[in-house]
Amino acid sequence: MWFPRLASDRALRTCPVDAPFALTLRQSNTEWVHCLNARAERQGLHRGMRMADARVFCPDLVSRPARPDLDARFLAALRRWATRYCPWVACEGEDGLVLDVTGSTHLWDGEAAMLSEMRMRATRAGLSLRLGLADTRGAAWALAHHGEGIAPPGAAQEALAALPVAALRLGSETVTALQRLGLRTVGDLCTTPRAPLARRLGPDLLMRLDQALGRQPESISPEREPPHYGVRLTFPEPIGLVDDVMGATARLLEALCAKLKANEAGARTLVLTLRRVDQGSPHVELRLAAAMRDPARILPLFERGVSEVDAGFGIDQMRLEAKLVESLPVQQISASAAPSGPDRQQDLVTRIGTRIGLENIQRFLPADSHIPERSFLIAPAAWSAPESGWFSPRPRPLRLFPPEPIAGTGNRPPRSFRWRRMPLSTARATGPERIAPEWWLEDDNWRSGLRDYWHVETRQGRRLWLFYTPQNPGWFVQGEFA
Amino acid sequence: MSSLPDPFQLRRSRVHEACGPGATTFAAIAAGAQDVLWIRESWQTESLNPLGLAPFLDPSRLLLAQTRDQTDSLAVAEEALKDGAIPVVVIECTRALDLREGRRLQLAAKAGNTTGLCLIPEGMGSNAAETRWRASPVLDPSESAPGDSTLMHWEIIKNKSGTNGAWHVRWDAASRRLHVVSPVGQRPGSQNVPG
Repeated sequence: MWFPRLASDRALRTCPVDAPFALTLRQSNTEWVHCLNARAERQGLHRGMRMADARVFCPDLVSRPARPDLDARFLAALRRWATRYCPWVACEGEDGLVLDVTGSTHLWDGEAAMLSEMRMRATRAGLSLRLGLADTRGAAWALAHHGEGIAPPGAAQEALAALPVAALRLGSETVTALQRLGLRTVGDLCTTPRAPLARRLGPDLLMRLDQALGRQPESISPEREPPHYGVRLTFPEPIGLVDDVMGATARLLEALCAKLKANEAGARTLVLTLRRVDQGSPHVELRLAAAMRDPARILPLFERGVSEVDAGFGIDQMRLEAKLVESLPVQQISASAAPSGPDRQQDLVTRIGTRIGLENIQRFLPADSHIPERSFLIAPAAWSAPESGWFSPRPRPLRLFPPEPIAGTGNRPPRSFRWRRMPLSTARATGPERIAPEWWLEDDNWRSGLRDYWHVETRQGRRLWLFYTPQNPGWFVQGEFA
Repeated sequence: MSSLPDPFQLRRSRVHEACGPGATTFAAIAAGAQDVLWIRESWQTESLNPLGLAPFLDPSRLLLAQTRDQTDSLAVAEEALKDGAIPVVVIECTRALDLREGRRLQLAAKAGNTTGLCLIPEGMGSNAAETRWRASPVLDPSESAPGDSTLMHWEIIKNKSGTNGAWHVRWDAASRRLHVVSPVGQRPGSQNVPG
């Protein structure tokens, strides 16, 4: 199956244009024609020409930017659609599908009926389609791209004989070289001695020829369906009690977790959608602190969310989907691992996270900096692992606060000062410890330049972390020691 | 908590309170070598410094929960105490707990066999608390370890199942032990130092 105008057909399906139409692709600062519709092709435009030239040829050309990513998705959707004809379907290039219909044509009353059915459906969907059917993948490609038709079994050579050599999936240089030699059709090529051809044009040409004629095998490998983690449950009668909803959730979870287990994956975000009789669909989102697939552990975490849902006149369908899935390999159960260590903590983090947000549960991670505020990192606990390596060469305060100015002059700590309305007097001061700003990072708090830190013990008991900024004289309190 | 000498051991399955300028240190020492959940409100500008905590507890075993207001803090605390996965829960309170809130925390701690510790502003204790401590740093007149002194005055000012008392304590960061020392002025050879 070849869709010669896949990209423009896709764009025109959503908003049809009754005029010559082109999709443009911007490459190295020039607009190129990426794909055209039939009317534009009749005006003499062709793919790969500059957009500016195309506009000169055809002033009423309508154009839109091309979206290759959407085209690829569209082709993937078509591939899924094509599994209605046979299970063995693969994508062929950017705009084709290859189907292995061996043994499934009789379901459609023969090959010709099957092809006409395909053509009918494609036309109804607004897609131009060209079909080729043959014994081999290469021959079918040749027929689809250069003169449609069905090659009868075992007669690929006759069917291909009249087609140009380009039908053999060759590079443009090889095609040009063959034409210079006077070999214009596949039939010419078949009657030429093989050895000089291989010597002159490389083994690739003969491999393609053999593939088309069935002398060399070529397989079709269908793509794997990506696993879909969604399950649903429809009820004959609407339900409304929390216990019933939880019971149904338990059933859904069991099915979903079995699927996750088969793929060695764990869910990170789960969404439970409850469709009500009145078409409302409240949903409960559960973000887990770690990837998991144990239904017994996940179920209690849903309790809070489910109890908040308004059931209205009843719920008649429930759908559970794992929106975010991470790989979770099977692990050996070891005797040394505590049965209720980190797992229980992660459950707790999840449960707290449903109330205050999962990113608000944090842990400290060490960082390599002398700047007090940057000597540690705060990371969400759900997405980080605890790290050790806490080391500071000098004692550090227990609490840090934004610098609070105090009255003081000179580069020695003031003998007595007021801080937070408390009169304090210095009994002992240890220091200074000079910390220079990290010039490679912008930080407004360090605009005042160097800091000389002092550990000041006051007669009143409080042990404070003071600093003096020699380049911009002033005294500040930044922390309190234990 | 096992390393603490007897009077300082907070009873399990109960919620305790600590106030005074040294309350953070008290909480850090009380938590010891256990997993801790530290609940505080996110608007506060003061922050905990893990490097400063490191002599008292392992910062990698600390989880921080930043809440929007005290109602959230209490809800998180109740959930964590009831669950029992984290043995120590520290709650930084910004307003007084009423009897109902304090009692709910007690019941949650009992259900989960965990220890709760509320850091409260001075004079805002709840009647439901098992013990209430006041911790304040004290100037260490001895010149033994300048810059590394941790002399504190710990006072138990409410005790539901025991007597009140007051001690001078010092934390030994190398051996991670708490030492009870005699009050300043009563030690041999230091009579003339004013207390």
